[in-house]
Amino acid sequence: MAKLPTPAELIQINYQMPSKGWLDLKAELRPGYYVNAAAPKWMQMIDYPFPRSWNVADEDWQLPEDWKERVLQGMEDRLQRFRSLKLFFDICVRCGACADKCHFFLGTGDPKNMPVLRAELLRSVYRRYFKTAGKLLGELAGARDLTDDVIKEWFYYLYQCTICRRCSVFCPYGIDMAEMTILGRELLSSVGINIDWALASVAQCYDKGSHIGATPQAFKDMVDFLAEENERITGITTPCPVNKKGAEILFVVPSGDYFADPGSYTFMGYLLLFKYLDLDFTMSTYAAEGGNFGWFISHEMGKRLNAKIYEEAKRLKVKWILGGECGHMWRVCNQYMPTWWGPIDFLEEPVSPITGTKFENATVHKMVHISEFTADLFKHGKLKVDPQRNAHIKLTFHDSCNTARGMGIFEEPRYIINQVMPEGHFFEMPPNTIREKTFCCGSSSGINANENMDIRMLGGLPRANAVKYVHEKYGVNHLGCICALDRATLPTLMQYWVPEMEITGITELVANALVFEDEIERTTDLRDRPLAGFEEADEEEGAE
Amino acid sequence: MEHNGNYKNEFGWFADKPKVPRKLFHAKAVVGGLLIFLVLVTAPLWRNLGKVVPAPDPKLNTQAILALPEKDRVCVEDTAFMKANHMRLLVDWRDEVVRNGNRDYINSKGKRHLASLSNNCMECHSNKSQFCDQCHNYVAVAPNCWGCHWEKEKKQVAQTEAK
Amino acid sequence: MDFFKRHFLVPLIAVLGLIAIAYLGVAANLQFVFGVVIPYLAVLIFFEGLIYRAISWARSPVPFKIPSTCAQVKSLPWIKRDLADKLDNPENKWWAMGRMALEILAFRSLFRNTRTTLLRHQEKPEDSRLIHWSYKWLWLGALAFHYAFLIVILRHIRFFTQPVPHWVTALAEVDGFVQFYIPTVYITGVLMVVALLYLLARRIYTPTLRYISLAADYFPLLLIISIGITGILMRYFYKVDIAAVKQLAVGLATLKPVVPAGIGSIFYVHLFLVCVLFAYFPFSKLMHAPGVFFSPTRNLPGDNRWNLHVNPWNYPVKFHDYMHQEDEYREAMIEAGLPVEKEK
Repeated sequence: MAKLPTPAELIQINYQMPSKGWLDLKAELRPGYYVNAAAPKWMQMIDYPFPRSWNVADEDWQLPEDWKERVLQGMEDRLQRFRSLKLFFDICVRCGACADKCHFFLGTGDPKNMPVLRAELLRSVYRRYFKTAGKLLGELAGARDLTDDVIKEWFYYLYQCTICRRCSVFCPYGIDMAEMTILGRELLSSVGINIDWALASVAQCYDKGSHIGATPQAFKDMVDFLAEENERITGITTPCPVNKKGAEILFVVPSGDYFADPGSYTFMGYLLLFKYLDLDFTMSTYAAEGGNFGWFISHEMGKRLNAKIYEEAKRLKVKWILGGECGHMWRVCNQYMPTWWGPIDFLEEPVSPITGTKFENATVHKMVHISEFTADLFKHGKLKVDPQRNAHIKLTFHDSCNTARGMGIFEEPRYIINQVMPEGHFFEMPPNTIREKTFCCGSSSGINANENMDIRMLGGLPRANAVKYVHEKYGVNHLGCICALDRATLPTLMQYWVPEMEITGITELVANALVFEDEIERTTDLRDRPLAGFEEADEEEGAE
Repeated sequence: MEHNGNYKNEFGWFADKPKVPRKLFHAKAVVGGLLIFLVLVTAPLWRNLGKVVPAPDPKLNTQAILALPEKDRVCVEDTAFMKANHMRLLVDWRDEVVRNGNRDYINSKGKRHLASLSNNCMECHSNKSQFCDQCHNYVAVAPNCWGCHWEKEKKQVAQTEAK
Repeated sequence: MDFFKRHFLVPLIAVLGLIAIAYLGVAANLQFVFGVVIPYLAVLIFFEGLIYRAISWARSPVPFKIPSTCAQVKSLPWIKRDLADKLDNPENKWWAMGRMALEILAFRSLFRNTRTTLLRHQEKPEDSRLIHWSYKWLWLGALAFHYAFLIVILRHIRFFTQPVPHWVTALAEVDGFVQFYIPTVYITGVLMVVALLYLLARRIYTPTLRYISLAADYFPLLLIISIGITGILMRYFYKVDIAAVKQLAVGLATLKPVVPAGIGSIFYVHLFLVCVLFAYFPFSKLMHAPGVFFSPTRNLPGDNRWNLHVNPWNYPVKFHDYMHQEDEYREAMIEAGLPVEKEK
């Protein structure tokens, strides 16, 4: 693995366009910019075709003999299945509105990271084999032959896209690079080209139940440990029922939330909140993963992993499903899950057992977002909170690309933040970097591996830069989000660009502030850090 | 729907090739939209269908013209030039007369003419509705000459009425 | 020859060639071909191609409801959504139509456009800042061109109808309200060419745009600019017998084609370029016009969770069911105190 350059080195971005046209320019596959090829064992676990050992750096990628026919046939099939693909191939006018919207282009200055050109990489092949002009005029019509260099280029650039859809917001025709990226990745998969990080997560999730590959007993261990942590810090027992039949609610979270800091604090927050409400819920060892790396590599794999949620809800005979803070899990659940499995007649329309609110927006889907659930609780005055317990935090909120542009959750988390933070402790980042214009963390869509740190840091630069701005201007020290991939990747990103920044889930902040009736005096937050006003007490304790 | 079985196919992982029904999706919206578009852009065609639109036929048979001998029946410039440029010519005249008081127009053949719409052009072409309006209406232009200039025809009518 | 030159010069030569073809054609007395045959052919190709392409799009289904949600989704009843939110994240098909209307009539998404530059810090490069600011020029240029072009086209209805509908003359009157020059200058004609020149200039002078632009981008720009310029030349400078032009146009529109004598060749050049535009339209990026209506990220409501979307090719997939997990880990699960379906 190449050594990661310093921020001062990495930020020397060259935005100058190459002198050679993009059709003639062979992609240079730079280490630090791509994720390693998938190991055959993962591919075998999920019946993916052409498992073999190979390296991205190899000259020969050991493609199957008929790879070209497979890719072209795959393209034709997908043109028939997805109007989006056909349309997005046909109607782009190359106006360039999307060019400087992509965080990867802003970070690398590589022209093929402009969404328009990333799409042209696929489009040029489409023109060559499916359009008369391309067949006749070739390069002049922006068409080119499908060669193994083109495949390498696809691999390199389609995995420098995090499916965040920022480009699609600005496109006058709504052309969505995310759609083309997923379908392009499907084509690559069909000839045995996959990235290890994503495929390992997929295979583990498929086989064991979660991306991290935890067995049922390990899962139980982890949630029990976090419940014990709650008890240690707050003195409150927060049991977490698992696989409990007949519970009212199935609670599904991304595995990141019980796997590692700082997601685990959010998970502790969930448990405290549910304890406070005395909620009748259960988690599941089978539907232990809300996230869905499968969808990052193909629509079908997304469906194969997603199956577990409704299956488990059916088996455990719950009434409805509550979903934790996660970005792509919610994009998948919102945009695909009901269509994959609907109609969902074995569940009931979700009603909050605490407030009696019927979630009118989830009547078909039968799944409620934790932010909606919590916001509703606050609105009905069901939660007693002491915002001063978050006074040591100055917060900004990062809209996750998936919940922002694939669902539209903006207000609920902000409403909750305003309830649990002391006044004047919440600061928005510049308006062109939040809400529907939010910048991705730069490591989503299965590329949060260790071997591609350069591209992760560069892709995350626009986000980090906006955080740095509020950090320097207002002294913001915490970056809030409702996404587990953010909680997994932003700490690395922040450490690199804005070292003093902590990442926090919103439910963690809720739990910090939540006042239980019979609680012991709280002097620290869920992270064992002293609350404002208790810094000295903490030091004394340490001195003893 | 049925799920969870043992499947394998062309790509190794598909159940079998998803079958895309061969049909027009959202047919109502698509066909409706196309029809609306077609009707809108071909509206002129339907309006005109079966209609015979006569070409403009400016009349040159005023008494003043007929009174002239055949060889003198010429305008200040030749016909092709007048057809295309009379508006420009009249405006130039106007500017010369109003700004410089110059009522002389020397034409391309070196002949001098009186630069006046009412007192020269309209002397011959006194039939505005059958001469000017023919083409103006045909190509839908509304020159603003008549905002100031008295139309000969109306004047004659008014005079007759006054008598 | 480098990429840009090839992709710019070939369309330029093509357009000049087209102009030459029309000139030579008229010089060779092919008025009937250029005035009647080619226009009919072009219009037929236009409609046929347009319908063919629209149908081909419609033959592919929309498997998933994937609107780009650009504002707060409809959720809890007390979460405020203003008019803009409802349009940017429509909750049903009516609001989605509103969103489409805004997109098509006002170029909503382009209005959102921003520009980003890296403000480099010389001493401490890591303190360089990315600045994002609102950038409306592309929106303005695009809007100016499209509306000007639309009005120019509508004004041309006066050549194809008799009597001319009142609204067409009214439109022309408004368009020429400056009463400058004779014949009066139509603002939209000039605006169209100016806007096109801006769109062309940004393509040539913005490095990123120049890098992504293909011959297929320059050709329509150059073609429409040529159409605009020949039109302007014909109206103001190299006059043609306009009554004869109308005779020809009406002849076409009444399916009783005539070719009156004495129409200047510049008219045939203008007409031929227009014909080329019509014939070229369905096979080019110009199909963005009908295409935007089909765009699934814009024309669908964000109502997935309370309104089921059906995928016509939804198919069963292979997945591991719960018993697969339990069978594998039963003993450990029992040991960990997890409930199981089968004890053995």
